[in-house]
Amino acid sequence: MTRLLTMDAPDERNRLDAMAQGVIGKPLDRPDGPAKTTGTAKYAAEYNIPGCVEGVLVTAAISKGRVASIDDSSVMSMPGVIAVIADERMTARSAQGGAGKSPVRQIDRVEYWGQPVALVVAESFEQARDAAKHLRIEYQADEDAIVDQHDADAPVEPYGDPVVQGDLGHVMKQAAFAVDVTYTTECHNSAPMEPHASIAEWDGDKLTVHTSLQMIKYNVKEMADALGLSTEKVRLLSPYVGGGFGSKLGVSVEGAAAAVAAIKLKRPVRVVLLRQQVFQCVMRRSETTQRLRLAADKDGRLIGFGHEAKVSNLPDEDFAEPVTQASEFLYPGKNRTLRVDLARIHLVTAGSVRAPGEAVGMQCLESAMDELANQIGIDPVELRLRNIPERHPSKDIPYSSRKLAECLRDGAKRFGWSADRKPAQLRDGEWWIGTGMATACRVHNLNEAQARVTLRADGTAEVASDMTDIGTGTYAVLSQIAGEMLGLDIKDVSVKLGDSNFPPGAGSGGSWGAPSTGSAVFVACEAIRAELAKRLGCTETELTLRDGFATAGNRRVALTDVLSGDHFEEVGHFKAGKITDAFSAAMYGAFFAEVGVNAYTGEVRVRRFQGTFGFGRPLNAKTATSQCMGGMVWGIGSALTEDLVFDKRNGHIVNPDLAEYHLPVNLDVPKLDVVLLDERDPAASPLQAKGVGELGICGAAGAICNAIYHASGVRVRSYPITPDKVLAELPEP
Amino acid sequence: MPLTINGTERTFDGDPRTTLLDYLRRDCNLTGTKKGCDHGQCGACTVLINGQRINSCLTLAVMHDGDAITTIEGLGDPQNMHPLQAAFVRHDGYQCGYCTPGQICSAKAMLDEAALGWPSFVTPDITGEVRLTRDEIAERMSGNLCRCGAYSNIVDAIVEIMEAQR
Repeated sequence: MTRLLTMDAPDERNRLDAMAQGVIGKPLDRPDGPAKTTGTAKYAAEYNIPGCVEGVLVTAAISKGRVASIDDSSVMSMPGVIAVIADERMTARSAQGGAGKSPVRQIDRVEYWGQPVALVVAESFEQARDAAKHLRIEYQADEDAIVDQHDADAPVEPYGDPVVQGDLGHVMKQAAFAVDVTYTTECHNSAPMEPHASIAEWDGDKLTVHTSLQMIKYNVKEMADALGLSTEKVRLLSPYVGGGFGSKLGVSVEGAAAAVAAIKLKRPVRVVLLRQQVFQCVMRRSETTQRLRLAADKDGRLIGFGHEAKVSNLPDEDFAEPVTQASEFLYPGKNRTLRVDLARIHLVTAGSVRAPGEAVGMQCLESAMDELANQIGIDPVELRLRNIPERHPSKDIPYSSRKLAECLRDGAKRFGWSADRKPAQLRDGEWWIGTGMATACRVHNLNEAQARVTLRADGTAEVASDMTDIGTGTYAVLSQIAGEMLGLDIKDVSVKLGDSNFPPGAGSGGSWGAPSTGSAVFVACEAIRAELAKRLGCTETELTLRDGFATAGNRRVALTDVLSGDHFEEVGHFKAGKITDAFSAAMYGAFFAEVGVNAYTGEVRVRRFQGTFGFGRPLNAKTATSQCMGGMVWGIGSALTEDLVFDKRNGHIVNPDLAEYHLPVNLDVPKLDVVLLDERDPAASPLQAKGVGELGICGAAGAICNAIYHASGVRVRSYPITPDKVLAELPEP
Repeated sequence: MPLTINGTERTFDGDPRTTLLDYLRRDCNLTGTKKGCDHGQCGACTVLINGQRINSCLTLAVMHDGDAITTIEGLGDPQNMHPLQAAFVRHDGYQCGYCTPGQICSAKAMLDEAALGWPSFVTPDITGEVRLTRDEIAERMSGNLCRCGAYSNIVDAIVEIMEAQR
């Protein structure tokens, strides 16, 4: 049976808190932990399939033009080489998140440097890799490729509907205080530790692909569309995903290539992207140019608010980094201008990278807010507290639960925040020391989801969905929701994920995975509880389930006796209905950072980093804390080191590897302090939970930028804040 | 060519271009050792050779005549985890799990290096006694990237095992 819940109004029942098992929210170890720490968890490329051959993609060495010819004979005589494949079903780009249709194919039309143009297949990886390097390709390059968003010839179009209210230009002139600053951020790469990988098997009728993707229900459609198959003929398996961060939302280029090769050669084919290819042909986060205009009255209340951004993408791509997403509702200001412009250039596809929009939008906004606080001469925490709007400033709708003020106050207290903001006051040897803070904010999203829950005759349960766990803790939180609802120890709840044969979950993206798929599990469990209650002659709300026993009134019966050899199987189906337009729902928090700035070199070290977050009910305090920490580490990278550098002459990536694209390493990260507020948000989901996979990055880099200013008096408006930029402005040591 | 992997004698007679990493993953079906970059930049492929840590992608299988190699599978299994593996679970010192076997192999060898008195970049006096502070551990683990950002918990897990060993 399938039970549907469409959420049109806040769910005030708060059923989870009425349950008795006591596992929801607890900081339990992940059930997938032992498999991951012992190396027995199998990732996409790790299936040992007899007869499997190896494919290596060959990528374009021009930014725009045509593949004139591919000389197969240049490699076909090399040992072990089986085929050179350049087929119209192969994909030239990653699919955007939620596309549900094939990305651009046409691999013979080159649109960006590093685009796949052919696949070389050989008996062994060594042979395939060698042959891929020797494959002779002739290109006919176009001379008009524009690869820089600042190029005057780059076509620019407005993206979405701008918000224009009142007269921002006028209040900027009249306001007691006004800040008009432009910040920039550079391109980022998601750089998951597991490169994108697929093993395709074709049995003459049906395709099975072990792959590493985030949103299986869309990915099946994308793969089927690319190959000209019906979705029933495509099965995808992603039980373990070695990180995604947006780069595995849509099928990536190796998937269709492996499938086409498997179909043509009638053998299983494995294709794994080389690390360089992950940088070259998956996804980048667009570079951004952001103008921020903040106008405040004499009390520091915003009367004007402007956030205008320019981003880039390939021609024909639907996605633009939604830089102003949180700016729409975070702060007040009757006179508002928000807009995003999109430049069309020939660099690798721009798409979702962890927290698209807020990740880079919030760090610039929060730095500008710091500049405003300094101009006014008030504590930046106080500036934020004075600017928490009563209602959505453009839509005039209420907010759902919002613990921003609590996060700001609690975080400041825990960190030992000082309101004295005079810069360049404190030295520790050769280091200038300072502190900075920023608000965290990420919009709450929901997505349609289904999950099947089976309560077996032996009193154990199974949860199944094509939902994925990309490190986010899905295995843990879904077992806890089912365990809580059905009164089971989580050891008695098995969770099966990432198989397109299972009911379609929400997928991992936009922080919606847990609240959406979790709600589907919740709905299925409610249906099972109703069946159990019927057997016990009580209502569902009168039923208490705990430790494998059912209690109704003064009767206490073992679940196995209630089931008496039967099992219950229910599919929960969750949809966000009118609720999404009725409230402005988001996750909130506050960051506090202490940095050292080297007085001689401009090097920045993060010495302390605190984050306090409110995102509704934490479903597992341990995994939620880890998600926040991970986001803060991304904040350190975004603030200080991450910069995907393109050659402005020809669009090739200068640093397409992990030696030159600098992720934070262990020593770059201090012991992080994360506090989760205990909150319930009835308008967010029936679980009263929101998502937390992205919140920790949204604003984090701003706190570091502001701390650098407080430490040294240097305000860098160009991320990442590398030593050269700081050093140029540093006072005499 | 003989070599020992997790106590089992094996013979390598493959393509001389085969890295130790590909030999382990493909020919020995020991896929616990991960390929993250294939260029010695991420540490996901860290294994122990005669007790010392190495990026197995940067060395060829054919270079290990007679060596004793320990991979993550040689440290423990889900029913019988090595103390470091169990500590990583308790402290949530991983998220997606892909860098994790490399982190754990690296941590094991790192503790042994410190016990032998090897200094690091952050050791205040390289001729003095080595005391494993959080900074020392973080520095010595900086060859193992974790994009999920579990570093703080990884250090917590290692600190717990280090203190238990004292």
